[in-house]
Amino acid sequence: MKNRSDPRTCRSAGGLSQYVCFFRIRFTASLQYRASALAGIVTQFAWGGMLILLFRAFYESSPAAFPMPFSALVSYFWLQQSFLTLLAPWAYNTQIMDSVQDGTVAYELCRPADLYAMWFTRNVADRCAKVCLRGLPILIAACVIPEPYSFAPPPGVQNLLLFAASAALGSLAVVAVNMLVFISAFYTTSTQGMRLLFNTTAEFLCGGIIPLPFMPAGVRTVLAFLPLGSVENTPFLIYTGYYQSTAAVQGLCVQAAWILVLIAAGRAWLARSLRRVVVLGG
Amino acid sequence: MIRAEHVSKTFKVARRNAGFGNAVKALFHKEYTDIHALDDVSFDISGGEIVGYIGPNGAGKSSTIKILSGILVPDSGTCTVNGRTPWKERKEHVKHIGVVFGQRSQLWWDVPVGDSFELLKEIYRIDGAQYRKNVSELTDLLGLGDLLLTPARSLSLGQRMRCEIAASLLHDPDILFLDEPTIGLDAVSKLAVRSFIKTRNKERHTTVILTTHDMNDIEALAQRIILIGKGRILMDTSFAGFMKRADDAFRQNRTCGAEGEDNRLELLTASLYAEFGI
Amino acid sequence: MNLYWKYLVISLKGRMQYKASFLFTTLAQLLMSLSSFLVVYFMFLRFRTVRGYSFSEVLLCFSMSLLSFSFAECFARGFDRFSTFIADGTFDRMLVRPRNLIFQVTASTMEFSRAGRFIQAVPVLVYALYAGGVRCTPGRVCALVLMFAGGSALFAGMFIVYAGLCFYTLEGLEFINVFTDGAREFGEYPLDIYGKRLLMFCTFIIPYALVQYYPFLYVTGRSGRVWYGCLPLAGICFLLPCLLFWRTGLRHYVSTGS
Repeated sequence: MKNRSDPRTCRSAGGLSQYVCFFRIRFTASLQYRASALAGIVTQFAWGGMLILLFRAFYESSPAAFPMPFSALVSYFWLQQSFLTLLAPWAYNTQIMDSVQDGTVAYELCRPADLYAMWFTRNVADRCAKVCLRGLPILIAACVIPEPYSFAPPPGVQNLLLFAASAALGSLAVVAVNMLVFISAFYTTSTQGMRLLFNTTAEFLCGGIIPLPFMPAGVRTVLAFLPLGSVENTPFLIYTGYYQSTAAVQGLCVQAAWILVLIAAGRAWLARSLRRVVVLGG
Repeated sequence: MIRAEHVSKTFKVARRNAGFGNAVKALFHKEYTDIHALDDVSFDISGGEIVGYIGPNGAGKSSTIKILSGILVPDSGTCTVNGRTPWKERKEHVKHIGVVFGQRSQLWWDVPVGDSFELLKEIYRIDGAQYRKNVSELTDLLGLGDLLLTPARSLSLGQRMRCEIAASLLHDPDILFLDEPTIGLDAVSKLAVRSFIKTRNKERHTTVILTTHDMNDIEALAQRIILIGKGRILMDTSFAGFMKRADDAFRQNRTCGAEGEDNRLELLTASLYAEFGI
Repeated sequence: MNLYWKYLVISLKGRMQYKASFLFTTLAQLLMSLSSFLVVYFMFLRFRTVRGYSFSEVLLCFSMSLLSFSFAECFARGFDRFSTFIADGTFDRMLVRPRNLIFQVTASTMEFSRAGRFIQAVPVLVYALYAGGVRCTPGRVCALVLMFAGGSALFAGMFIVYAGLCFYTLEGLEFINVFTDGAREFGEYPLDIYGKRLLMFCTFIIPYALVQYYPFLYVTGRSGRVWYGCLPLAGICFLLPCLLFWRTGLRHYVSTGS
């Protein structure tokens, strides 16, 4: 009899049904840890609130220097907090890296499945499941706070649609980047250093600490074209209307391009790593 | 030396059922069940005895060991080890006991075993000369040799276990708690560990409490057997008494399985468990 | 203490086994401080002042926050990892050793890479004092030292509270992050910029303002009240309820088992 809560049962499925399988498992598992979910929501809510207070102080000091309307920034921060588990580069599950470290990856290698695709799907499903539980409550709560700190609707329906597309692309892009970090686990005995390095750098590059529009022009342009810059920055700025039609579409194209490049690079690197593992044995 | 009187302990465990529907329910309402780990447990162990503390999984063995070590406080009953209550006088009590948990290591993982020993020397404030004497003695008896220069993570299970036992004896404890010490060990290591414990007990009168599922360990070492099942002490006799009882149980319930030379002890024990309904 | 030193050495030896990881970690720590600094720098490039505070004044808060936090982390990081200790039985092993438990926890995880962040913060502090034209009277230097001690004590206290909570449950503890990492991040700016209510909270409930805001006012000369510089001492006293909470948690842990 199939054990429905064991992730390994998802292997036999393919493509979309594999995704649904992983999603269902992760979602059910997350429901069990209600205290954890609640704590996460409270934490992110508090963090978002503090960021808003911080930027409010800057806004009141010199409103002219603000690159966007304050209410747009508020929405940006609430989106950032709600979609944290979906789009934050450092919010990945370390399961895969651990399995490479302690050798249990051998089980997965014995199966005639596309390892890259499976890991990729699993991670995307993982992030989606978590954001459903944690993200929505934050957004809902943020809607009921008194103005001007509340979460506002987008300036137009096209913003909303483009946002949805961009967020989807962003999640694919962030997982593609994460895959590269996972594959690096094949090359070291301890992943702790690599993880810390990645988390720190990624946080800064994606506009996680301050949104990209606040950075000086030169820095901003460079970062916006890097893969991480397009992960959080693009979808949120599309939503708030900072990126209008052409800029929005341009952002989507950059995201799509990076996804293709990163996936291709990731697949090639993984294939090479696996060959190396098999040759070394043990 | 070790005296337990009417010790009882109950745990509350949250129940989690599988399935989506139950998971949603669990969001709003958690159910708890009571587990009676120990129920009126009493025994009296004198210095220098080797006691085999056996029972099926979940019988209450680890809870007893935790209480005797001072890690767990019982709900009711008293317990004294050398006149001290373990959980009340933790630091003083712990100076005189050694504990080996089969699956969890006390050695520092990435550094040579010798470095772990040095640190333990400081922690237990072992006098320098005494420490050197103990290390050389333990190295000889357990065949540690080069192992002292190897990091714990590079050792095989058998090598690691021998180092663990040495580590737990560096400070010359009066009492040694061994929790599954031979689990996963190869035959040679098992024999080495058993003979070492026996010698130690004979020469230093170290009291040994051994919890294990390996009946061959029991046969080799235990002079006395305490059987615990579902939180209650079911039997407290000498090894000979235990064997006789188990033999009787086996004769009465021949349905336990095929008899062979190497699983005779297991069969006897299983029959006994069946008789007690545990 | 000799034993502390031994723990340090063994921890370092362990870490150095993983040379690449050690290198990455050190590099990451460097980048962490750098990115925090860049954030403040970029904001001031654009805004010039925030609520009347200049860049150098904010840098004073920034460097103190970094100094206290990295110092506290060096020693109290063991408490941060406390949930792992409970989950894998390491804490039970600590209970079986004849040494003070708090000592064992602090000694278990010593992070030297944090020393890097500590060292980076010092020149920032020096620059902030110099550029801000702060006259370093003995009183002000004392206040700075107290700010550092108080800040470290406060962060250590929050780590200890987190560990105390681990005795009750291992789930849902990430909200403590707001009080540790959050306090560090948002403590980079003078606390009154966030509003009156937050200042009140940080004065009377969790005394961040006592170790940052009030002495800061005194050091920069915005306030003449010398006793503001002594307030961090009250902040240090905050450690007492934290330790008390830890002990209560410990008692709960040994009566309910793991």
